[in-house]
Amino acid sequence: MLVQEFLERTADRLPEKVGLVADGKRLTYSEIEAQANQLANALVDHNIRRGDRVLIFLPNCLEVVLGIFAALKAGAVFVVLNPTTRLDKLVYIANNSQARAIITAGRHANIVHALFGLAPEMQCAILTAPAHAAASEDQVSPKEILLFSDILAQYSPNRPKHRNIDLDLACLVYTSGSTGDPKGVMSDHSNIDFVSSSIIQYLENTEEDVVINLLPVSFDYGLYQILMTFKFGGRLILEKGFLYPAHILKRIEEEQVTGFPGVPTIFAGLMQMDLSAFDLSSIRYLTNTAAALPVKHIEQIRSRFPHARLFSMYGLTETKRTLYLPPDELDRRPDSVGIAIPGTEVWLEDETGRRLGPGQVGELVIRGRHVMRGYWNDPELTAQRFRPGPIPGERLCYSGDQFRMDEEGFLYFIARKDDIIKSRGEKVSPLEIERVLYELEGVIEAAVIGVPDPILGQAIKAFVVAPGRGIDRNVILKHCRDRLEDFMVPQFVEICDELPKTSSGKIRKTDLK
Amino acid sequence: MDSIEADIAGYIAENILFSDNGYPYPLAASFLENGIIDSMNVLELVMFVEENYGIKVSDNDIIPDNFDSVERLANFVRSRQ
Repeated sequence: MLVQEFLERTADRLPEKVGLVADGKRLTYSEIEAQANQLANALVDHNIRRGDRVLIFLPNCLEVVLGIFAALKAGAVFVVLNPTTRLDKLVYIANNSQARAIITAGRHANIVHALFGLAPEMQCAILTAPAHAAASEDQVSPKEILLFSDILAQYSPNRPKHRNIDLDLACLVYTSGSTGDPKGVMSDHSNIDFVSSSIIQYLENTEEDVVINLLPVSFDYGLYQILMTFKFGGRLILEKGFLYPAHILKRIEEEQVTGFPGVPTIFAGLMQMDLSAFDLSSIRYLTNTAAALPVKHIEQIRSRFPHARLFSMYGLTETKRTLYLPPDELDRRPDSVGIAIPGTEVWLEDETGRRLGPGQVGELVIRGRHVMRGYWNDPELTAQRFRPGPIPGERLCYSGDQFRMDEEGFLYFIARKDDIIKSRGEKVSPLEIERVLYELEGVIEAAVIGVPDPILGQAIKAFVVAPGRGIDRNVILKHCRDRLEDFMVPQFVEICDELPKTSSGKIRKTDLK
Repeated sequence: MDSIEADIAGYIAENILFSDNGYPYPLAASFLENGIIDSMNVLELVMFVEENYGIKVSDNDIIPDNFDSVERLANFVRSRQ
C-alpha cells in the first residue's frame, strides 16, 4: 500500500469521521483528503515531480499533516524538519536533500528568501497564514511563493492520480549521526506500510482509538502517530508539545484520549504533577521509547494509570521501531525492552559476526521489511549500517547498540557503540555541538558529553577552553542558541584551563564529568 | 511597556535567549508557536514569577491562557497580586 492510501482509504470508508483535531479545529477525513488533494494539485502544477523532495518546516499543526499527505499524493518525498531548526542547518538539509519545495509558516518568509539564495534546487515555497511579506518581494526571481489560503481557494479537491509505487521513497527522516552531519534515513512506502501495520498489531489499535501526539513530527515517533492513526481510522489530537502539562491533561480528558505516546522526559514531568484533578480513565495504553524508563518510573506510571497498558519500546530511525515489551511481561522483566516487533526478527552478534546466545552482550542485528533503504546520498555510511543478509538482495540493519538477551529471548539495552547523547528522547551528536562551539572566536578546545539527568535522561554538558577574555557561559549559550535546535543547547557549560588528553593528543572524554 | 511585561521580557531575553539586544519578539508572540521557550524554561519562568511577585503558581495554572506570551503571563501575574 502507498502511504497516502492510509488517508485515502479511510476517507473513502469514514468520510464524516473527525480524524484530526489541531489548532482548535476539527477536520473530518473527507476534509483532510480534499485539502491534501488541493495542496498536492498545486505542487504538481508547480513542477514538483515524482521523487522530488519537499521540506516541511512547521510546528505541530494542521498544515504539517496536510503537507505530508500532499507531498505523497504528488509522488514526492516529504522531509519534516524540527520547528526550532536554525538557518544554517536548514540550508544544509535543503542542499543535502536537494529539496525542490518547502512548506512553512508565513512568519518564515525571510527564511524562504534566504533559502532561495542559498539552496539552488529550491524552486517553490508554500506559506501558511499569517503571510504578510508574501509573494511580492521577489518579482524577478523565477522561484515562487504560494499562499496556503490561495491554494485552498483555487485548486481542485479531486484526488490526483497516483504517480508512485510502493518501492518509491516516501520520506527522509534526518537524524544526528556520530560524524556530526545529520543524515537522511530513506524510507520507501512499503517500509512504512509494513512497520505501521506491525505496530498497530501489537498496540491493538482500532477505529475507536483517540491518540494524542505532542512529540515533534520531525521525530519518527511523532510522525508515525499521524500515519498509523490515519491507517487504522482513529482520531489524532495534535498538540504543540509538552510545554504546558496541565493543558495536555485537560485535552486528554476533553477528547477522551485512549493512546498516549511519550518519552521519559514527558513521563518524568507527569509524575511530578498531581494528576488527581483530571479524569484520565479513558487512556487505554501508554507507550515509551527513545530512551529507557527507569524502573521506578515504570512503577509510578502504572500506579497512576492503573487501567492503562504500558509499552516499553526500543527503536532506531533506521528501522523505525525494533523491539517492544508486551505489557504482560512488565512485572517479570521491567528493565527489558522486549522482543522483535511482529513480522521481524533480531539477534545479537559479536564483532566477528558470530551469533551470541543468552547472557552474552553483543550488537543488535535486525531483519525485516522495516529495515529502511539507507542514508540519502551517503553510500559509505549506508554500507556500514545496512549489510547484506542471507538472501540475495536482502539487507540487515546493524543497530550499533549493545544488548543482552535472557533465556527466554527478551532483550536488555546495555550501551551505545558511539558517543551519541540522548536528551529528552532526541539524539544529539556531540560533534555537531563541538563544531558550533569551535566557530566561536577564542574557543581553542571544546568537548561535549552527556551527563545523567533525572528529567532529560541525559543533560548536555560542554567543556570549553577559551583563554582570551570575554567568553563566559552566557556568550557560549547565546552562540549555541543562535545555531542549534533547542534540544541541542547545552544545559551545563564549564570553562576549563585545559582538557585531559590521550597520549596521541586527542581529548579524553572518559575523564570528563 | 508596563514594568511586569518589561521584567518578564528582560528575564527571558537574558536567561533563556541569552540575547544582547533585549526581547526580540512582540510581547503578544506565542511561546509555543515561535519556539521561544521549551518545557524546561517554563519551569524557570514559574520560579521567576513566584519569587519576584510573591504569587503561588499551581500545576493547573500552567496553561497557554496564562503562560503563552509575555503579555499573558503579565496579565496572569496581575490577576494574582
